[in-house]
Amino acid sequence: MIKKPRLLSVLDVLSGMMILAAAGLVFFYAPVEQMMGLVQKVFYFHVATAWVGMLGFIVAAVAGIFYLAKRTEQWDITGFAAVEISLIFFLTAIILGSIWAKPAWNTWWTWEPRLTTAAIVELIYAAYLLLRQGVDDPERRARFSAIYAIFGSISIPLTFVSIRFLRTIHPVVIGTAETAGKGGFNMDSPMKLTFFFSLAAFTVFFVDLLWHRIRLGKLQAEVEKLRIDTYSNGM
Amino acid sequence: MIIVKKLVKRFGPITVLRDLDFEVSPGEFVALLGPNGAGKTTFLRILASLTKPTSGLVQVASFRLPEQAVSVRAQLGVVSHLPLIYGDLNAEENLSFYARLYGVKQPRIREVLDLIGLTDRKGDLVRTFSRGMQQRLAIGRAILHSPRILLLDEPHTGLDQEAGEILDEVLREIALQGRTVVMTSHDLVRAAELATRLDILSRGRIRASASEGEFGSTDLVDFYRAALQGKGEAA
Amino acid sequence: MKSYLGAIRAIIWKDLTAEWRTRESLTSMLVFALLVVLIFNFALELDIQAQESLSAGVLWTTFVFAGTIGLNRSMALEKDRGCLDGLLLAPVDRSVIYFGKVIGNLIFMLLVEIIVLPVYSFLYGVPVFQPGFFLVVLLGSIGYVAVGTLLATMVVQVRTRDILLPILLFPLTLPVIIAAVKASQGFLQMIPFDEFSSWLNILIVYDLIFTAVAFMVFDYVVEE
Repeated sequence: MIKKPRLLSVLDVLSGMMILAAAGLVFFYAPVEQMMGLVQKVFYFHVATAWVGMLGFIVAAVAGIFYLAKRTEQWDITGFAAVEISLIFFLTAIILGSIWAKPAWNTWWTWEPRLTTAAIVELIYAAYLLLRQGVDDPERRARFSAIYAIFGSISIPLTFVSIRFLRTIHPVVIGTAETAGKGGFNMDSPMKLTFFFSLAAFTVFFVDLLWHRIRLGKLQAEVEKLRIDTYSNGM
Repeated sequence: MIIVKKLVKRFGPITVLRDLDFEVSPGEFVALLGPNGAGKTTFLRILASLTKPTSGLVQVASFRLPEQAVSVRAQLGVVSHLPLIYGDLNAEENLSFYARLYGVKQPRIREVLDLIGLTDRKGDLVRTFSRGMQQRLAIGRAILHSPRILLLDEPHTGLDQEAGEILDEVLREIALQGRTVVMTSHDLVRAAELATRLDILSRGRIRASASEGEFGSTDLVDFYRAALQGKGEAA
Repeated sequence: MKSYLGAIRAIIWKDLTAEWRTRESLTSMLVFALLVVLIFNFALELDIQAQESLSAGVLWTTFVFAGTIGLNRSMALEKDRGCLDGLLLAPVDRSVIYFGKVIGNLIFMLLVEIIVLPVYSFLYGVPVFQPGFFLVVLLGSIGYVAVGTLLATMVVQVRTRDILLPILLFPLTLPVIIAAVKASQGFLQMIPFDEFSSWLNILIVYDLIFTAVAFMVFDYVVEE
């Protein structure tokens, strides 16, 4: 049994408090935006969750490269953990984005480059999970997942660039790339503070989650090992 | 001809080979025996450069694996329990395809077809061949480039009595030409007839070894049993 | 270098000879492609106005779907009697196997496209006979097959093989598909070349990137 590290417990508490504080800032400190009203507040967590999705995406790619180079189980567990987290947070970001989009552009969904790319990341990671499910041999599963994650990390930026380029040639009626982000309104300094604090809070939360998930993966591997050992000794 | 020292192979949490030592001199015909799941196939795949060792020294025809895999492959002929030939090509085309990959001249194909007794059927699609004929062609494929070492993985699997005897004949002929042979099998009697040395692989290591003359047909089973029981004590 | 190319040629020759025997791959791809064109006709009611803007999308969807069939089958044949191991045992570099299979698959895909395009042009009066457009078809197919061959090699070693290939492949090749559709649209709608030429450049860059990466990781797909 691997003992829970103290730093991890500290991180648990810290990330919980920071997210609560961020929520507090969003609701009580940041002023209500003049044009859009209350719904603008979704923006802080929308960007923060998308940011965590990005972090997971990057970690998954890096873990993939390290796995192929080192071939240690640890990197496979890390990559898998990062993909799962990225999947959940991009999904959250998309949902929060929709809540924003409805009053802002009067539609739940637009084929805006960032939104579309996030949706494609979801599809690639869903495929990643299906791939993992289809392979029984753990070594092969790790190897194939790593390759797919690396390929995904190359393809996704290219897709983003393509869509962006596509939209600049044929501008969409609602919401170009500029209005989607911060260009839609001007942030005053309480807004900026809230924004950056939310980002920091979710970053800590990401590290905490990733750590937990990696730990869980290692425990899983441990259980698997015990099961195999018992089985083969019993023969 | 083959030197293996402290070979370890792990697939994720499963350790298949643990500190295996193994050595074959030129001209020897070694039969690897052992229960299912003992790691025979994995071991042969490592010698064949198809699987990478986790750690340990593997030297085949004085080339190191996995670093000098391409040089090793040129010296190897492999027969697995699958025939490794194309159903939609005829016998001659199969051989001539592999001849091009190995850089073998065309006259050699006729020679090999004669040796495996398929000259009359050389224009027929492999799909229409019986299991025994496919296996003969598989051997032809393996010896096409006159390799110094032959690796045979359960070559008798799925063959009827007659086809098995023809295969034995071909194998004896090959052994007479002074080639080094390593063959896995679970057929004790057949292995004892063909091989000059019997090695018992169990639980990831060579547990016993007997050279020609040391094994008579009567105490063969006892020898095998004793080697496997030795495994019980080790565990 | 001579033996390197010789080995690649041997693999291509083997794939073409085996296919020529049965023609199973090509006929399946072709029939499937024509069915897709037919379904699109009813689904989108491709009249003269509509097809102007839709043709490029319809064509590429058709190629991509048909391509999956060919890729799946091409690698299934290698797995059938353990032939992939046979290739890996040959004293040639792994990249020989990769490029041999890529070129073989590309030839199949191009053959299907060569037949589908005139049929499509005949049915809907789309001006497909332009050298520039053929170049786009070639480049798009290269990018698609470069990634597809890698993933197909992976997928044959997986339990859920056939169903998995399109799921893995489509989202990854999206950049190539987008660029190919846009460049095709330019030619088919007779837009001045300057306005869409950058898509052609993008397509070339993507082909290079994808082929290079697939070539680099192919070793890891086949080596245990």
